[in-house]
Amino acid sequence: MAEPASVAAESLAGSRARAARTVLGQVVLPGEELLLPEQEDAEGPGGAVERPLSLNARACSRVRVVCGPGLRRCGDRLLVTKCGRLRHKEPGSGSGGGVYWVDSQQKRYVPVKGDHVIGIVTAKSGDIFKVDVGGSEPASLSYLSFEGATKRNRPNVGDLIYGQFVVANKDMEPEMVCIDSCGRANGMGVIGQDGLLFKVTLGLIRKLLAPDCEIIQEVGKLYPLEIVFGMNGRIWVKAKTIQQTLILANILEACEHMTSDQRKQIFSRLAES
Amino acid sequence: MQRGLDSETKKQLEEEEKKIISEEHWSFIIEEQSFLLCEDLLYGRMSFRGFNPEVEKLMLQMNAKHKAEEVEDETVELDVSDEEMARRYETLVGTIGKKFARKRDHANYEEDENGDITPIKAKKMFLKPQD
Repeated sequence: MAEPASVAAESLAGSRARAARTVLGQVVLPGEELLLPEQEDAEGPGGAVERPLSLNARACSRVRVVCGPGLRRCGDRLLVTKCGRLRHKEPGSGSGGGVYWVDSQQKRYVPVKGDHVIGIVTAKSGDIFKVDVGGSEPASLSYLSFEGATKRNRPNVGDLIYGQFVVANKDMEPEMVCIDSCGRANGMGVIGQDGLLFKVTLGLIRKLLAPDCEIIQEVGKLYPLEIVFGMNGRIWVKAKTIQQTLILANILEACEHMTSDQRKQIFSRLAES
Repeated sequence: MQRGLDSETKKQLEEEEKKIISEEHWSFIIEEQSFLLCEDLLYGRMSFRGFNPEVEKLMLQMNAKHKAEEVEDETVELDVSDEEMARRYETLVGTIGKKFARKRDHANYEEDENGDITPIKAKKMFLKPQD
């Protein structure tokens, strides 16, 4: 890790913005400015003669770039606000520019609109439930935002809820619902009886939910089980016996810090017993 | 007391808005705090080896939606096929019609060997005798 740190220190000392394209996959630190691809031409040496022409070209080639978590807009550049590795995703349907973000690690969740989270109902007040989602304040959940909401079909205090945020910003109290825009539940709502809820880091959740995650595939072969992942770092697991549930919880908590060889050893030992 | 803004401040605000709009025209950088745009993540509920069949069905649905751009309606199975629906409807009209038919009209609803209702086409009407 000495090399990326020295490179970062160099660039900070020189206070020259680096091109985002060259830094992909490397560690970036908060406070760094990154140049988008179109701006590199104007900043490079010997661009003085071409500048009047490139100004028009720049207007045409302006593409829409999305800056994701860990980045902020600073004039025409991207400003890094979290430390981690810079990632980029090419646009799928050609809407231009793609997405840049910083792959960072943290335990504390900040509510984001559209995220599916597991919450614990803490209070009933008036027409709404107060749900603890691990953020700075409890989210509110209306009585009517369940599929087939009736007087009897309601969660109680202490139930686990799987829902998504409709309002989540720094100025307002977060609000969540358990139906989608068409009014269907789609798996959201009260999570059933038994099972175990535990907390992990946010980065692990994203790693486990990646499409090609080996851990989940191997876990699925062990025995019948059910898992619910909340983007707020909470995982709920359930298996047929308590022992199996506990084993599953321990595996998921520990797999963050294991290498793939260690993991395979543990799975093969489990499969034997 | 003045309500609302006077014309000078209005003009200033308009100019500022125009400036902001023209700046946005130059830089199309949009801030999003959600990881959903960045990474393709699977659906958060999972069930394995038949522990919860509803969740397994949901898994297939949600992950297929995420991979395919258009949901194909061919995979949706109809409970009743179109032909069967047409056949049933044809006989249904007859049976419901029988309910409201008076005694004299029962002749129109004679059933043939198969039990299907075939209405008799020729209705008996008064024929004026020719001289």
